[in-house]
Amino acid sequence: MKFIPLFFSRLILSFFLALGDVAQLAFETFGSIFRGRIRGKLLLQQIAEVGYRSQLVVIVTGAFTGAVFTAQAYFQFASLNMQTAVGPVVTLAMFRELGPVLTGLMVAGRVGAAMSAEIGTMKVTQQIDALRALAVHPVDYLVVPRALAMFISMPLLVVECVGCGVLAAYWVAVKVLNVESVYFVNNLKKFTDSSDIAMAIIKGAVFGVIIVFISCREGLRAKDGAVGVGRATTETVVTCSLAVLIVNFFMTMFLNIIFPAGQR
Amino acid sequence: MNPEPLLSVRDLHQKIGRQEILRGFSLDIYKGETLVLLGKSGGGKSVFLRHLIGLMKPISGQIIFEGEDITKYNERELEPVRRKIGMLFQDGALFDSMTVYENVAFPLRERGERKEKVIRDKVHDALGMVNMHGHDQKMPVNLSGGMRKRVALARAIISPPHVILYDEPTAGLDPIVSDSINRLIRRLQRQLDVTSIVVTHDMTSCDHIADRVALLNEGKRYFHGTLQELHGTQDPVIRNFVDGKSTDDDDLAPLDSPNEDN
Repeated sequence: MKFIPLFFSRLILSFFLALGDVAQLAFETFGSIFRGRIRGKLLLQQIAEVGYRSQLVVIVTGAFTGAVFTAQAYFQFASLNMQTAVGPVVTLAMFRELGPVLTGLMVAGRVGAAMSAEIGTMKVTQQIDALRALAVHPVDYLVVPRALAMFISMPLLVVECVGCGVLAAYWVAVKVLNVESVYFVNNLKKFTDSSDIAMAIIKGAVFGVIIVFISCREGLRAKDGAVGVGRATTETVVTCSLAVLIVNFFMTMFLNIIFPAGQR
Repeated sequence: MNPEPLLSVRDLHQKIGRQEILRGFSLDIYKGETLVLLGKSGGGKSVFLRHLIGLMKPISGQIIFEGEDITKYNERELEPVRRKIGMLFQDGALFDSMTVYENVAFPLRERGERKEKVIRDKVHDALGMVNMHGHDQKMPVNLSGGMRKRVALARAIISPPHVILYDEPTAGLDPIVSDSINRLIRRLQRQLDVTSIVVTHDMTSCDHIADRVALLNEGKRYFHGTLQELHGTQDPVIRNFVDGKSTDDDDLAPLDSPNEDN
């Protein structure tokens, strides 16, 4: 029976080791950014990779989540004759929770995995050693542009996701389920405000930073060739997804103190 | 020969896992010479080379470069040292997302050169030195092993270093390409007046390029001297290595006896 406490103690130890690694990487990255070690061309390339090329998946996710959520809410609210409440319910959920979380999960799968695989491959083929041998710090060259690109792109992707979700909700509610457009829009205006948008943007930026540091950390510690790169990529997607879901809960509790819901 | 070594390695110890790779390895390298470090595959030659540029930290020991112990330096403090030491990795370690031109231009751009004409001229010269003209726009994946090594060498010498480290420069190459790499190492030493440290187990290459030779055996410096001294010695360990003879200890796992099952 010694196996169970040993297993949990190892699990806790590895969690704190990983947390330490990520914190150290973040610390070094912020240090490099404040020292101005930013490569403009690489930053633009990464913004295109992280932000521009993630748009389709984020738009589709946001739109269909908004649409299906609207349909379900409508079916429930119709029995209480509260169909016009669909607008604010869906919009609030999209801004405060679904938009940031779904974007975070999608970006973790698409961008986090790609970052981890790319950096991991560079690690196992000695390209990162070559960078170091050429007096280029891997954090400056690889992590800084990715971290900044993620920090800039994620809030915009979240807003795009939420926007598409709200538009899809409007279309399903008004055009398909015959909710009055005026009531939908008026209720939406009445129950949502800029604090909901702020919450979405803050969550997006934090998730972006979490994803980028976990992905880069996994890539930088990849070993054992192709198998190691595959393992790093899988670890990245799983860890990022769990981190987004767990951090989201704590952020909701914290941000609700700053931007209380339902106080309008 | 200059009495003051350019690079001095003192009592270096390193372990990988449980295996002790270096057990008090010491060596002096003098300015302008080509030193060849011989040793068995897996004997710690490449590990030693990685210490010289700070890619690995020893458990104990010192590496004195231009009067400073670089083993105490952190990653940022090592950057000026690394600008003076070029390294050719075993399979080149070219950046596979960049063309040959971009790979060779990389050190210049990273050291702040912005004028494209200056970069183009220097890349042209560096590729010319390694006979790689006309391959500028190829991706590394489309190059042969020998070509990759030559491009990597062009990248290492484009900002002329004081020291070049070669990790198995002829490994995996056919004899003709190996010979061209050997000639290249010699030519670069003459043209750039650099100090070269070459890690290899290729005796032909050693005979072609070495001013001095060291032999790494069981984590220690077993021999240190000129090529003539290497070939003149009757020490059985050195003779076996030079003549390419294995001993019983070097044998692979014994084959099963045909009668064993009977």
